[in-house]
Amino acid sequence: MKKLKVFAAPYLVWMIVFIAVPLLMVAYFAFTDDNGAFTVEHIANVGQYANIFIRSIWLALIATVICLIIAYPVAFMLSRMKKHHQGTMLMIVMLPMWMNFLLRTYAWMTLLGNNGLINYLFSLIGLGPFKLINTEGAVVLGMVYNYLPFMILPLYSVMVKIDKSVLEAASDLGCNSASTLFRVVIPLSVPGIMSGITMVFVPAISTFIISRMLGGGSNLLIGDLIEMQFLGNSYNPHLGAGISLVLMVIILLIMTIMNQFDPDDQVLI
Amino acid sequence: MKKLGKIYMALVLFFLYIPIFVLIVFSFNETKSRSVFSGFTLEWYERLFKNEIIISSLINTIIIAVVASIAATVLGTLAAIGINSMRKVPKAIVLNVTNMPVINPEIVTGVSLMLLFVFFAARMNFEFGFVTLLIAHITFNVPYVILNVMPKFKQMDPNLFEAAQDLGCSPFSALYKVILPEIMPGIVSGFLMSFTFSLDDFVVSYFTSGSTSQTLPITIYSMTRRKISPEINALSTLIFIVVVIVLIVKNIIENRQFKKEKREA
Repeated sequence: MKKLKVFAAPYLVWMIVFIAVPLLMVAYFAFTDDNGAFTVEHIANVGQYANIFIRSIWLALIATVICLIIAYPVAFMLSRMKKHHQGTMLMIVMLPMWMNFLLRTYAWMTLLGNNGLINYLFSLIGLGPFKLINTEGAVVLGMVYNYLPFMILPLYSVMVKIDKSVLEAASDLGCNSASTLFRVVIPLSVPGIMSGITMVFVPAISTFIISRMLGGGSNLLIGDLIEMQFLGNSYNPHLGAGISLVLMVIILLIMTIMNQFDPDDQVLI
Repeated sequence: MKKLGKIYMALVLFFLYIPIFVLIVFSFNETKSRSVFSGFTLEWYERLFKNEIIISSLINTIIIAVVASIAATVLGTLAAIGINSMRKVPKAIVLNVTNMPVINPEIVTGVSLMLLFVFFAARMNFEFGFVTLLIAHITFNVPYVILNVMPKFKQMDPNLFEAAQDLGCSPFSALYKVILPEIMPGIVSGFLMSFTFSLDDFVVSYFTSGSTSQTLPITIYSMTRRKISPEINALSTLIFIVVVIVLIVKNIIENRQFKKEKREA
Protein backbone atom coordinates (compact mmCIF):
# COMPACT_ATOMS: atom_id res chain seq x y z
CA MET A 1 0.00 0.00 0.00
CA LYS A 2 3.06 2.22 -0.08
CA LYS A 3 2.01 3.89 -3.33
CA LEU A 4 -1.07 5.27 -1.63
CA LYS A 5 1.02 7.79 0.30
CA VAL A 6 0.47 10.44 -2.40
CA PHE A 7 -3.19 10.66 -1.42
CA ALA A 8 -2.17 12.48 1.73
CA ALA A 9 -0.41 15.22 -0.26
CA PRO A 10 -3.31 17.70 -0.55
CA TYR A 11 -4.04 17.36 3.14
CA LEU A 12 -0.39 17.72 4.11
CA VAL A 13 -0.28 21.06 2.28
CA TRP A 14 -3.53 22.09 3.99
CA MET A 15 -2.28 20.94 7.38
CA ILE A 16 0.96 22.89 7.09
CA VAL A 17 -0.67 26.10 5.83
CA PHE A 18 -3.76 26.13 8.04
CA ILE A 19 -2.81 24.21 11.19
CA ALA A 20 0.98 24.35 11.66
CA VAL A 21 1.75 27.83 10.28
CA PRO A 22 -1.07 29.60 12.21
CA LEU A 23 0.10 28.02 15.48
CA LEU A 24 3.68 29.03 14.72
CA MET A 25 2.37 32.53 14.03
CA VAL A 26 0.84 32.61 17.51
CA ALA A 27 4.27 31.79 18.92
CA TYR A 28 5.94 34.33 16.59
CA PHE A 29 3.53 37.11 17.56
CA ALA A 30 3.95 36.29 21.23
CA PHE A 31 7.72 36.82 21.03
CA THR A 32 7.95 39.85 18.72
CA ASP A 33 6.95 43.49 18.81
CA ASP A 34 5.34 45.58 16.08
CA ASN A 35 8.63 45.87 14.21
CA GLY A 36 9.25 42.15 14.28
CA ALA A 37 12.09 42.36 16.82
CA PHE A 38 12.38 39.63 19.42
CA THR A 39 10.96 40.47 22.83
CA VAL A 40 9.69 38.67 25.91
CA GLU A 41 7.76 41.75 26.96
CA HIS A 42 4.34 40.31 26.07
CA ILE A 43 4.92 37.03 27.83
CA ALA A 44 6.13 39.00 30.86
CA ASN A 45 3.01 41.19 30.65
CA VAL A 46 0.80 38.11 30.90
CA GLY A 47 1.87 38.09 34.57
CA GLN A 48 -0.22 41.23 35.14
CA TYR A 49 -3.29 39.15 34.46
CA ALA A 50 -2.42 36.45 36.99
CA ASN A 51 -5.68 37.09 38.86
CA ILE A 52 -7.70 36.38 35.71
CA PHE A 53 -5.72 33.19 35.10
CA ILE A 54 -6.28 32.07 38.67
CA ARG A 55 -10.00 32.87 38.47
CA SER A 56 -10.33 30.92 35.20
CA ILE A 57 -8.52 27.89 36.54
CA TRP A 58 -10.47 28.05 39.80
CA LEU A 59 -13.93 28.39 38.22
CA ALA A 60 -13.18 25.74 35.57
CA LEU A 61 -11.94 23.44 38.34
CA ILE A 62 -15.09 23.90 40.44
CA ALA A 63 -17.27 23.33 37.38
CA THR A 64 -15.32 20.17 36.49
CA VAL A 65 -15.67 18.75 40.00
CA ILE A 66 -19.41 19.50 40.09
CA CYS A 67 -19.82 17.91 36.65
CA LEU A 68 -18.00 14.80 37.84
CA ILE A 69 -20.13 14.52 40.98
CA ILE A 70 -23.40 14.97 39.07
CA ALA A 71 -22.41 12.85 36.08
CA TYR A 72 -20.95 9.82 37.84
CA PRO A 73 -24.20 8.37 39.21
CA VAL A 74 -26.01 9.28 35.98
CA ALA A 75 -23.46 7.43 33.85
CA PHE A 76 -23.49 4.45 36.20
CA MET A 77 -27.27 4.15 36.18
CA LEU A 78 -27.32 4.52 32.40
CA SER A 79 -24.76 1.74 32.02
CA ARG A 80 -26.81 -0.63 34.24
CA MET A 81 -30.09 -0.11 32.37
CA LYS A 82 -31.52 -2.73 30.04
CA LYS A 83 -29.70 -2.62 26.71
CA HIS A 84 -32.65 -1.43 24.64
CA HIS A 85 -33.43 1.35 27.12
CA GLN A 86 -29.85 2.60 27.19
CA GLY A 87 -29.88 4.05 23.67
CA THR A 88 -33.08 5.98 24.21
CA MET A 89 -32.10 7.23 27.65
CA LEU A 90 -28.67 8.29 26.40
CA MET A 91 -30.37 10.22 23.61
CA ILE A 92 -32.62 12.00 26.11
CA VAL A 93 -29.61 12.94 28.26
CA MET A 94 -27.57 14.18 25.29
CA LEU A 95 -30.38 15.97 23.47
CA PRO A 96 -29.94 19.41 25.09
CA MET A 97 -26.33 19.38 23.90
CA TRP A 98 -27.54 19.48 20.32
CA MET A 99 -29.09 22.88 20.89
CA ASN A 100 -26.73 25.69 20.04
CA PHE A 101 -24.41 26.54 22.88
CA LEU A 102 -25.36 30.23 22.75
CA LEU A 103 -29.06 29.48 23.02
CA ARG A 104 -28.50 27.24 26.03
CA THR A 105 -26.51 29.96 27.75
CA TYR A 106 -29.09 32.56 26.74
CA ALA A 107 -31.75 30.40 28.37
CA TRP A 108 -29.98 30.78 31.72
CA MET A 109 -29.58 34.49 31.11
CA THR A 110 -33.35 34.86 31.00
CA LEU A 111 -33.87 32.54 33.98
CA LEU A 112 -31.32 34.20 36.25
CA GLY A 113 -31.98 37.81 35.27
CA ASN A 114 -33.14 40.37 37.82
CA ASN A 115 -36.58 40.27 36.21
CA GLY A 116 -36.20 36.59 35.36
CA LEU A 117 -38.36 33.65 36.25
CA ILE A 118 -36.37 32.49 39.28
CA ASN A 119 -36.51 35.86 40.98
CA TYR A 120 -40.20 36.12 40.07
CA LEU A 121 -40.86 32.78 41.77
CA PHE A 122 -38.94 33.98 44.81
CA SER A 123 -40.98 37.17 44.91
CA LEU A 124 -44.19 35.12 45.00
CA ILE A 125 -43.15 33.72 48.37
CA GLY A 126 -41.94 37.10 49.50
CA LEU A 127 -38.20 36.63 49.00
CA GLY A 128 -35.58 38.44 46.99
CA PRO A 129 -34.88 39.74 44.48
CA PHE A 130 -31.49 38.07 44.63
CA LYS A 131 -28.53 39.01 42.49
CA LEU A 132 -28.16 35.80 40.53
CA ILE A 133 -26.79 36.88 37.18
CA ASN A 134 -23.36 38.52 36.77
CA THR A 135 -21.88 36.49 39.58
CA GLU A 136 -19.18 33.84 39.68
CA GLY A 137 -21.84 31.33 40.68
CA ALA A 138 -23.74 32.03 37.47
CA VAL A 139 -20.58 31.44 35.42
CA VAL A 140 -19.97 28.10 37.15
CA LEU A 141 -23.62 27.17 36.64
CA GLY A 142 -23.32 27.97 32.93
CA MET A 143 -20.19 25.82 32.65
CA VAL A 144 -21.80 22.90 34.46
CA TYR A 145 -24.96 23.13 32.39
CA ASN A 146 -23.15 23.35 29.06
CA TYR A 147 -20.46 20.75 29.65
CA LEU A 148 -22.23 18.15 31.80
CA PRO A 149 -22.92 15.88 28.78
CA PHE A 150 -19.17 15.92 27.99
CA MET A 151 -18.63 14.30 31.39
CA ILE A 152 -21.51 11.83 31.18
CA LEU A 153 -20.55 10.44 27.77
CA PRO A 154 -16.96 9.26 28.42
CA LEU A 155 -17.93 7.93 31.86
CA TYR A 156 -20.81 5.99 30.36
CA SER A 157 -18.70 4.54 27.55
CA VAL A 158 -16.20 3.14 30.07
CA MET A 159 -18.80 1.90 32.55
CA VAL A 160 -20.88 0.13 29.95
CA LYS A 161 -17.92 -2.20 29.43
CA ILE A 162 -17.84 -3.25 33.09
CA ASP A 163 -19.50 -6.63 33.05
CA LYS A 164 -22.37 -7.28 35.42
CA SER A 165 -20.59 -10.43 36.60
CA VAL A 166 -17.63 -8.36 37.84
CA LEU A 167 -19.94 -6.50 40.23
CA GLU A 168 -21.61 -9.76 41.26
CA ALA A 169 -18.22 -11.34 41.89
CA ALA A 170 -17.27 -8.39 44.09
CA SER A 171 -20.36 -8.77 46.23
CA ASP A 172 -19.92 -12.59 46.34
CA LEU A 173 -16.42 -12.02 47.64
CA GLY A 174 -17.74 -9.91 50.46
CA CYS A 175 -17.81 -6.35 49.16
CA ASN A 176 -20.73 -4.25 50.29
CA SER A 177 -22.03 -1.69 47.81
CA ALA A 178 -19.72 1.07 49.06
CA SER A 179 -16.58 -1.02 48.77
CA THR A 180 -17.70 -2.36 45.38
CA LEU A 181 -17.95 1.25 44.29
CA PHE A 182 -14.57 2.31 45.66
CA ARG A 183 -12.58 -0.84 44.94
CA VAL A 184 -14.13 -2.01 41.68
CA VAL A 185 -16.23 0.53 39.81
CA ILE A 186 -14.13 3.64 40.37
CA PRO A 187 -10.75 2.01 39.55
CA LEU A 188 -12.25 0.53 36.38
CA SER A 189 -13.69 3.87 35.29
CA VAL A 190 -10.49 5.91 35.75
CA PRO A 191 -9.91 6.33 31.98
CA GLY A 192 -13.45 7.70 31.60
CA ILE A 193 -12.97 10.05 34.56
CA MET A 194 -9.75 11.38 33.04
CA SER A 195 -11.17 12.00 29.58
CA GLY A 196 -14.31 13.51 31.12
CA ILE A 197 -12.18 15.90 33.17
CA THR A 198 -10.24 17.09 30.10
CA MET A 199 -13.40 17.36 28.01
CA VAL A 200 -15.00 19.66 30.60
CA PHE A 201 -11.96 21.52 31.86
CA VAL A 202 -10.49 22.60 28.50
CA PRO A 203 -13.60 24.32 27.12
CA ALA A 204 -14.48 25.68 30.58
CA ILE A 205 -11.12 27.36 31.13
CA SER A 206 -11.09 28.96 27.68
CA THR A 207 -14.70 30.09 27.33
CA PHE A 208 -15.62 33.71 26.83
CA ILE A 209 -19.31 33.32 26.01
CA ILE A 210 -20.38 32.02 29.39
CA SER A 211 -18.46 34.65 31.31
CA ARG A 212 -19.76 37.40 29.04
CA MET A 213 -23.39 36.33 29.08
CA LEU A 214 -23.70 35.16 32.68
CA GLY A 215 -20.78 36.89 34.38
CA GLY A 216 -21.42 40.44 33.20
CA GLY A 217 -18.32 42.53 32.76
CA SER A 218 -16.84 41.81 36.15
CA ASN A 219 -15.92 38.14 35.93
CA LEU A 220 -13.38 38.13 33.10
CA LEU A 221 -11.81 34.82 32.15
CA ILE A 222 -8.77 33.98 30.00
CA GLY A 223 -11.04 33.66 26.97
CA ASP A 224 -12.37 37.21 27.44
CA LEU A 225 -8.84 38.50 27.79
CA ILE A 226 -7.78 36.89 24.50
CA GLU A 227 -10.91 38.02 22.70
CA MET A 228 -10.37 41.61 23.85
CA GLN A 229 -6.87 41.67 22.38
CA PHE A 230 -8.09 40.58 18.96
CA LEU A 231 -11.62 41.88 18.49
CA GLY A 232 -12.21 44.11 21.48
CA ASN A 233 -11.28 47.66 22.32
CA SER A 234 -7.73 46.95 23.42
CA TYR A 235 -6.40 45.64 20.10
CA ASN A 236 -3.02 44.06 20.78
CA PRO A 237 -2.44 40.80 18.88
CA HIS A 238 1.04 40.39 20.41
CA LEU A 239 -0.31 40.30 23.95
CA GLY A 240 -3.25 38.18 22.76
CA ALA A 241 -0.86 35.69 21.19
CA GLY A 242 1.19 35.64 24.40
CA ILE A 243 -1.88 34.87 26.50
CA SER A 244 -2.97 32.18 24.01
CA LEU A 245 0.46 30.60 24.21
CA VAL A 246 0.39 30.51 28.01
CA LEU A 247 -3.13 29.02 27.89
CA MET A 248 -1.91 26.32 25.49
CA VAL A 249 0.99 25.49 27.79
CA ILE A 250 -1.33 25.21 30.82
CA ILE A 251 -3.63 22.88 28.93
CA LEU A 252 -0.75 20.77 27.58
CA LEU A 253 0.57 20.41 31.13
CA ILE A 254 -2.81 19.27 32.39
CA MET A 255 -3.19 16.83 29.50
CA THR A 256 0.23 15.37 30.27
CA ILE A 257 -0.74 14.87 33.90
CA MET A 258 -4.00 13.24 32.79
CA ASN A 259 -2.15 10.95 30.40
CA GLN A 260 -0.25 9.54 33.36
CA PHE A 261 -3.48 7.71 34.08
CA ASP A 262 -3.44 6.05 30.69
CA PRO A 263 -5.48 2.83 30.78
CA ASP A 264 -2.47 0.86 29.51
CA ASP A 265 -0.54 1.60 32.68
CA GLN A 266 -3.37 0.59 34.91
CA VAL A 267 -2.70 -2.08 37.45
CA LEU A 268 -5.79 -3.69 38.84
CA ILE A 269 -5.33 -5.26 42.22
CA MET B 1 -32.17 2.50 46.37
CA LYS B 2 -33.74 2.02 42.93
CA LYS B 3 -36.33 4.68 43.70
CA LEU B 4 -33.65 7.09 44.88
CA GLY B 5 -31.82 6.55 41.60
CA LYS B 6 -34.92 7.35 39.60
CA ILE B 7 -35.50 10.54 41.57
CA TYR B 8 -31.88 11.55 41.00
CA MET B 9 -32.14 10.88 37.27
CA ALA B 10 -35.35 12.89 37.10
CA LEU B 11 -33.67 15.81 38.89
CA VAL B 12 -30.73 15.81 36.45
CA LEU B 13 -33.09 15.69 33.46
CA PHE B 14 -35.12 18.51 35.04
CA PHE B 15 -31.92 20.58 35.30
CA LEU B 16 -31.00 19.83 31.68
CA TYR B 17 -34.42 20.52 30.19
CA ILE B 18 -36.00 23.26 32.30
CA PRO B 19 -34.13 26.19 30.68
CA ILE B 20 -35.10 24.97 27.22
CA PHE B 21 -38.73 24.51 28.16
CA VAL B 22 -38.89 27.95 29.70
CA LEU B 23 -37.52 29.39 26.44
CA ILE B 24 -40.16 27.50 24.48
CA VAL B 25 -43.04 28.60 26.71
CA PHE B 26 -42.02 32.25 26.59
CA SER B 27 -41.66 32.15 22.81
CA PHE B 28 -45.49 32.22 22.80
CA ASN B 29 -45.74 35.04 25.33
CA GLU B 30 -47.61 38.15 24.28
CA THR B 31 -45.34 40.59 26.08
CA LYS B 32 -41.58 40.74 26.31
CA SER B 33 -41.68 39.77 29.97
CA ARG B 34 -39.45 36.86 30.92
CA SER B 35 -41.28 35.96 34.09
CA VAL B 36 -45.01 36.47 33.63
CA PHE B 37 -46.96 34.71 30.91
CA SER B 38 -49.62 37.17 29.82
CA GLY B 39 -51.16 35.58 26.75
CA PHE B 40 -50.61 33.44 23.69
CA THR B 41 -49.20 34.86 20.48
CA LEU B 42 -47.33 33.74 17.37
CA GLU B 43 -46.04 37.26 16.75
CA TRP B 44 -42.41 36.38 17.51
CA TYR B 45 -42.46 33.58 14.98
CA GLU B 46 -43.89 35.94 12.39
CA ARG B 47 -41.17 38.48 13.13
CA LEU B 48 -38.55 35.77 12.98
CA PHE B 49 -39.50 34.78 9.45
CA LYS B 50 -39.54 38.41 8.39
CA ASN B 51 -36.11 39.05 9.89
CA GLU B 52 -33.84 39.15 6.86
CA ILE B 53 -30.60 39.03 8.87
CA ILE B 54 -31.60 35.79 10.55
CA ILE B 55 -32.84 34.16 7.35
CA SER B 56 -29.77 35.15 5.34
CA SER B 57 -27.37 34.01 8.07
CA LEU B 58 -29.27 30.73 8.31
CA ILE B 59 -28.83 30.17 4.57
CA ASN B 60 -25.19 31.15 4.86
CA THR B 61 -24.68 28.69 7.73
CA ILE B 62 -26.20 25.84 5.75
CA ILE B 63 -24.13 26.61 2.63
CA ILE B 64 -20.93 26.75 4.66
CA ALA B 65 -21.75 23.59 6.60
CA VAL B 66 -22.53 21.64 3.41
CA VAL B 67 -19.50 22.84 1.43
CA ALA B 68 -17.08 22.62 4.35
CA SER B 69 -18.16 19.15 5.45
CA ILE B 70 -18.03 17.75 1.90
CA ALA B 71 -14.60 19.29 1.30
CA ALA B 72 -13.35 18.09 4.68
CA THR B 73 -14.67 14.58 4.02
CA VAL B 74 -12.91 14.31 0.65
CA LEU B 75 -9.69 15.84 1.95
CA GLY B 76 -9.78 13.81 5.15
CA THR B 77 -10.57 10.48 3.50
CA LEU B 78 -7.74 10.87 0.99
CA ALA B 79 -5.49 11.93 3.86
CA ALA B 80 -6.43 8.89 5.94
CA ILE B 81 -5.67 6.53 3.03
CA GLY B 82 -2.30 8.22 2.56
CA ILE B 83 -1.41 8.47 6.24
CA ASN B 84 -2.25 4.81 6.75
CA SER B 85 0.45 3.79 4.27
CA MET B 86 3.10 6.05 5.78
CA ARG B 87 6.03 4.86 7.82
CA LYS B 88 5.81 5.00 11.60
CA VAL B 89 7.62 8.28 12.34
CA PRO B 90 6.10 10.54 9.65
CA LYS B 91 2.74 9.00 10.48
CA ALA B 92 3.12 9.91 14.15
CA ILE B 93 4.15 13.48 13.27
CA VAL B 94 1.21 14.02 10.91
CA LEU B 95 -1.28 12.54 13.37
CA ASN B 96 0.07 14.71 16.17
CA VAL B 97 -0.32 17.90 14.15
CA THR B 98 -3.77 16.73 13.04
CA ASN B 99 -4.72 16.35 16.68
CA MET B 100 -3.82 19.96 17.50
CA PRO B 101 -7.18 21.55 16.55
CA VAL B 102 -8.94 18.80 18.52
CA ILE B 103 -6.90 19.28 21.69
CA ASN B 104 -6.48 23.06 21.51
CA PRO B 105 -9.21 25.24 22.91
CA GLU B 106 -11.42 26.56 20.09
CA ILE B 107 -10.40 30.10 20.88
CA VAL B 108 -6.74 29.31 20.13
CA THR B 109 -7.66 27.72 16.79
CA GLY B 110 -9.78 30.76 15.98
CA VAL B 111 -7.10 33.24 16.98
CA SER B 112 -4.34 31.41 15.11
CA LEU B 113 -6.35 31.35 11.88
CA MET B 114 -7.25 34.98 12.36
CA LEU B 115 -3.56 35.89 12.62
CA LEU B 116 -2.87 34.00 9.39
CA PHE B 117 -5.75 35.66 7.55
CA VAL B 118 -4.79 39.11 8.83
CA PHE B 119 -1.26 38.52 7.56
CA PHE B 120 -2.42 37.54 4.08
CA ALA B 121 -5.28 40.03 3.92
CA ALA B 122 -2.77 42.84 4.30
CA ARG B 123 -0.50 41.48 1.56
CA MET B 124 -2.87 39.95 -0.95
CA ASN B 125 -5.71 42.41 -0.71
CA PHE B 126 -8.64 40.24 0.26
CA GLU B 127 -11.22 40.65 2.98
CA PHE B 128 -12.51 38.45 5.74
CA GLY B 129 -15.73 36.80 4.69
CA PHE B 130 -17.12 33.70 3.07
CA VAL B 131 -13.74 32.32 1.94
CA THR B 132 -11.96 32.74 5.29
CA LEU B 133 -14.97 31.25 7.06
CA LEU B 134 -14.99 28.27 4.72
CA ILE B 135 -11.25 27.66 5.11
CA ALA B 136 -11.59 27.83 8.88
CA HIS B 137 -14.48 25.38 8.92
CA ILE B 138 -12.69 22.90 6.65
CA THR B 139 -9.62 23.20 8.89
CA PHE B 140 -11.37 22.30 12.11
CA ASN B 141 -13.44 19.58 10.40
CA VAL B 142 -10.73 17.58 8.60
CA PRO B 143 -9.17 16.17 11.81
CA TYR B 144 -12.52 14.68 12.81
CA VAL B 145 -12.87 12.96 9.43
CA ILE B 146 -9.35 11.55 9.72
CA LEU B 147 -9.92 10.42 13.31
CA ASN B 148 -13.11 8.65 12.24
CA VAL B 149 -11.62 6.96 9.17
CA MET B 150 -8.24 5.85 10.55
CA PRO B 151 -9.61 3.21 12.99
CA LYS B 152 -11.40 1.52 10.07
CA PHE B 153 -8.02 0.66 8.56
CA LYS B 154 -7.04 -1.02 11.80
CA GLN B 155 -10.14 -3.21 11.66
CA MET B 156 -9.44 -4.07 8.03
CA ASP B 157 -7.18 -6.91 6.84
CA PRO B 158 -3.95 -5.14 5.76
CA ASN B 159 -3.52 -7.55 2.85
CA LEU B 160 -6.89 -6.73 1.33
CA PHE B 161 -5.47 -4.13 -1.04
CA GLU B 162 -2.80 -6.47 -2.41
CA ALA B 163 -5.23 -9.38 -2.60
CA ALA B 164 -7.61 -7.32 -4.75
CA GLN B 165 -4.78 -6.48 -7.11
CA ASP B 166 -3.63 -10.11 -7.29
CA LEU B 167 -7.15 -11.00 -8.31
CA GLY B 168 -6.96 -8.59 -11.23
CA CYS B 169 -8.01 -5.20 -9.88
CA SER B 170 -6.08 -2.14 -10.98
CA PRO B 171 -4.81 -0.17 -7.96
CA PHE B 172 -7.53 2.40 -8.58
CA SER B 173 -10.36 -0.09 -8.75
CA ALA B 174 -8.95 -1.97 -5.75
CA LEU B 175 -9.19 1.27 -3.84
CA TYR B 176 -12.64 2.06 -5.14
CA LYS B 177 -14.18 -1.41 -4.93
CA VAL B 178 -12.43 -2.86 -1.89
CA ILE B 179 -10.95 -0.23 0.40
CA LEU B 180 -13.67 2.40 0.09
CA PRO B 181 -16.58 0.14 1.12
CA GLU B 182 -14.51 -1.04 4.11
CA ILE B 183 -13.91 2.47 5.43
CA MET B 184 -17.33 3.85 4.44
CA PRO B 185 -18.85 3.80 7.97
CA GLY B 186 -15.94 5.97 9.16
CA ILE B 187 -16.36 8.37 6.25
CA VAL B 188 -20.08 8.74 6.93
CA SER B 189 -19.66 9.38 10.65
CA GLY B 190 -16.81 11.81 9.92
CA PHE B 191 -19.02 13.69 7.48
CA LEU B 192 -21.95 13.86 9.89
CA MET B 193 -19.69 15.04 12.70
CA SER B 194 -18.20 17.75 10.46
CA PHE B 195 -21.62 18.87 9.34
CA THR B 196 -22.99 19.24 12.86
CA PHE B 197 -19.83 20.96 14.12
CA SER B 198 -20.01 23.41 11.23
CA LEU B 199 -23.67 24.20 11.83
CA ASP B 200 -23.03 24.74 15.51
CA ASP B 201 -19.66 26.49 15.51
CA PHE B 202 -19.46 29.91 17.04
CA VAL B 203 -15.97 30.55 18.41
CA VAL B 204 -13.84 29.86 15.33
CA SER B 205 -16.39 31.57 13.06
CA TYR B 206 -16.43 34.59 15.35
CA PHE B 207 -12.72 35.19 14.80
CA THR B 208 -12.63 34.43 11.08
CA SER B 209 -15.87 35.79 9.62
CA GLY B 210 -15.44 39.55 9.32
CA SER B 211 -18.58 41.62 8.87
CA THR B 212 -19.78 40.55 5.43
CA SER B 213 -20.47 36.88 5.96
CA GLN B 214 -22.27 35.91 9.14
CA THR B 215 -23.41 32.54 10.35
CA LEU B 216 -26.49 31.92 12.47
CA PRO B 217 -24.56 31.47 15.75
CA ILE B 218 -22.86 34.84 15.18
CA THR B 219 -26.23 36.48 14.53
CA ILE B 220 -27.61 34.86 17.68
CA TYR B 221 -24.64 36.17 19.64
CA SER B 222 -25.14 39.74 18.46
CA MET B 223 -28.85 39.46 19.24
CA THR B 224 -28.13 38.40 22.81
CA ARG B 225 -25.72 41.31 23.17
CA ARG B 226 -28.43 43.80 22.30
CA LYS B 227 -31.71 44.04 24.14
CA ILE B 228 -33.69 40.92 24.85
CA SER B 229 -35.88 39.90 22.01
CA PRO B 230 -38.33 36.98 22.19
CA GLU B 231 -37.46 36.20 18.57
CA ILE B 232 -34.50 34.26 19.99
CA ASN B 233 -36.95 32.16 21.99
CA ALA B 234 -38.93 31.44 18.85
CA LEU B 235 -35.74 30.50 17.03
CA SER B 236 -34.68 28.20 19.91
CA THR B 237 -38.05 26.48 19.80
CA LEU B 238 -37.74 25.79 16.08
CA ILE B 239 -34.16 24.54 16.45
CA PHE B 240 -35.22 22.31 19.34
CA ILE B 241 -38.02 20.80 17.25
CA VAL B 242 -35.60 20.14 14.35
CA VAL B 243 -33.10 18.51 16.73
CA VAL B 244 -35.76 16.28 18.28
CA ILE B 245 -37.02 15.16 14.86
CA VAL B 246 -33.50 14.45 13.58
CA LEU B 247 -32.59 12.43 16.67
CA ILE B 248 -35.81 10.43 16.62
CA VAL B 249 -35.30 9.57 12.94
CA LYS B 250 -31.70 8.62 13.69
CA ASN B 251 -32.84 6.42 16.56
CA ILE B 252 -35.44 4.67 14.40
CA ILE B 253 -32.91 4.00 11.62
CA GLU B 254 -30.39 2.63 14.11
CA ASN B 255 -33.00 0.39 15.75
CA ARG B 256 -34.02 -1.01 12.36
CA GLN B 257 -30.41 -1.73 11.47
CA PHE B 258 -29.90 -3.34 14.86
CA LYS B 259 -32.91 -5.60 14.37
CA LYS B 260 -31.85 -6.45 10.82
CA GLU B 261 -28.38 -7.42 11.98
CA LYS B 262 -29.91 -9.50 14.74
CA ARG B 263 -32.12 -11.35 12.26
CA GLU B 264 -29.22 -11.99 9.92
CA ALA B 265 -27.02 -13.25 12.71
